[in-house]
Amino acid sequence: MSTTSALLTTEEPIRRTPIGVLVLLRGYPRVTAAGGLVALLFLIALLAPLISPHDPLAVNADDSYLRPFSPGHWLGTDELGRDLLSRVLWGARVSLPVAFVAVGVGVVGGGIIGLASGYAGGFTDLLLMRVVDALLAFPGLILAIAIVAALGPGLRNAMIAIGIVAIPVYARLVRAITLQLKQLEFVTATRSLGASPARLILRHIIPNLLNPVIVQVSLSAGFAILAEATLSFLGLGAQVPTPDWGQMINTGAAFLANDPWLAIIPGIAISITVYSFNFLGDSLRDALDPRLRG
Amino acid sequence: MTTYVLRRLLLMLPVAFLVTVGVFMLIHLTPGDPALILLGEDRSPQAIAQIHQQLGLDKPLYVQYVIWIGRLGHGDLGRSITTNQPVATAIGERLPATIELGLVALLWSLAVAIPLGTIAAVRRGSLADQVATGITVGGVSIPNFFIGIVLIFVLSVSFRMFPFGGYVPFTQDPLENLRHVVLPAIALGTAGAAINMRFTRSSMIEVLNHDFIRTARAKGASWKRVVFIHALKNALIPVVTIVGLQIGGIIEGAVVTETVFTWPGVGRLAVESIFDRDYTVVQGIVLLAAFSYMVANLMVDLVYGWLDPRISYS
Repeated sequence: MSTTSALLTTEEPIRRTPIGVLVLLRGYPRVTAAGGLVALLFLIALLAPLISPHDPLAVNADDSYLRPFSPGHWLGTDELGRDLLSRVLWGARVSLPVAFVAVGVGVVGGGIIGLASGYAGGFTDLLLMRVVDALLAFPGLILAIAIVAALGPGLRNAMIAIGIVAIPVYARLVRAITLQLKQLEFVTATRSLGASPARLILRHIIPNLLNPVIVQVSLSAGFAILAEATLSFLGLGAQVPTPDWGQMINTGAAFLANDPWLAIIPGIAISITVYSFNFLGDSLRDALDPRLRG
Repeated sequence: MTTYVLRRLLLMLPVAFLVTVGVFMLIHLTPGDPALILLGEDRSPQAIAQIHQQLGLDKPLYVQYVIWIGRLGHGDLGRSITTNQPVATAIGERLPATIELGLVALLWSLAVAIPLGTIAAVRRGSLADQVATGITVGGVSIPNFFIGIVLIFVLSVSFRMFPFGGYVPFTQDPLENLRHVVLPAIALGTAGAAINMRFTRSSMIEVLNHDFIRTARAKGASWKRVVFIHALKNALIPVVTIVGLQIGGIIEGAVVTETVFTWPGVGRLAVESIFDRDYTVVQGIVLLAAFSYMVANLMVDLVYGWLDPRISYS
């Protein structure tokens, strides 16, 4: 048994625990910077009820169309006199959870399909991959719009739609890595020792999927936020009066001539958020991909 | 090559079948009865049954699919629920505007991406490279509808250089047509420009490290000639694949841009149809988007092999 343990230890250098990842990341300042930005966004979303100066839904007709840097309203107010800073801060509480639930749907759905496809192989693989190919045949946003069109506009349906769009990406990724791992000696050795498929998948394959999936989650989160904002901008996601960035741009666009900040400020909020996640994804990929490491 | 094309086409068949099933099911997933949308106030059971019979909704699902796919084979996408116009005609009327917008956006993206990507690669690590990389990440992070709104605010509302929306057919007034297409094309093409720039840069860096570049330099060719004649031609091969996919995805980007700029294309028709609950039109547009994307994928694979003979079709 001790020989087997030694064999597994030597055959497992590609597996990294989350702590190992943290140690690895210490040497990459870009990852730290990007991670800091994303953490700040989460903090804003979490603390929005405490740090918002006003109720984001409180209508005050006397204070409508106040310009940025007005007393009591740093970013001004909208057509109904609602405080723009408060709405932008609360917008993070809408966009970030939507994005993460959507990515969660993608990771779980795509992960299960990818694992089943890669591990079982044969007819299961053939069948599942054709379904994934069919999902990939639709341009992402068109698929999301089609699903929302079918299910009806709203944040919950937007989340489901974006999640379904993410499924094939994870299915392909997880399948490819599972196929590679299946061939490695530590997996064949564990299998020959009588490990059940469930144990193999849970103890040996899933931990090795962590790194590429973490990178993909960061990149998908950027896409999901962009897609949610786009659906809300088109009127298919969040509905009035939810303080959602895409929906705020949609409303603000009507007042572009006199009050451009109503559309521009939430637009900047979306761009910074998507940029932060893309930046994190790119930096993580550079840090975690051994081929890119010097 | 012929075997490869046939094999790719054969592989496309099951995917195409599943795509048609998905698009067909779209109308059946929708909450509510299409007959109720058509009937408006007159919702007597007899009228509902009559509409069901007319639309074939009283038949089993698989029979409805077979009838639908049979009609599809003849180019019949059904009729619009709200206007009763054939869906194919409705899409056909809007398609030229979308294609024009997509092509101008593509030209804009390439005009930005190739020079900037080349400069970034040649001056790797310089300030120019860092600016180009920043633009790349920024370009894919800013929503195209936001770019559109900023362009309208700056160039239409503030400086009155371009109209803020609408469309003039090229045949009616070519100059006005171009003035109207500039802003939506920039909004639509910016994300593509960022992606193409990234590909041009990385591909150019790789090509510049090849032996034939060193040989060309050793033979006395100027750096400009080496970069623009020898390297760029080879570096653009991977860019072609991305551009091909972008052509296939024109409708996707057009959905938002056309809505912002009230551009009368297929994308805007899709959004209008969703709000009108005109599911036959939505179905037609989704099907068109999926098939153009699939065909673009196939073409890209074939063109890639033709451009780079080292790629094996086996």
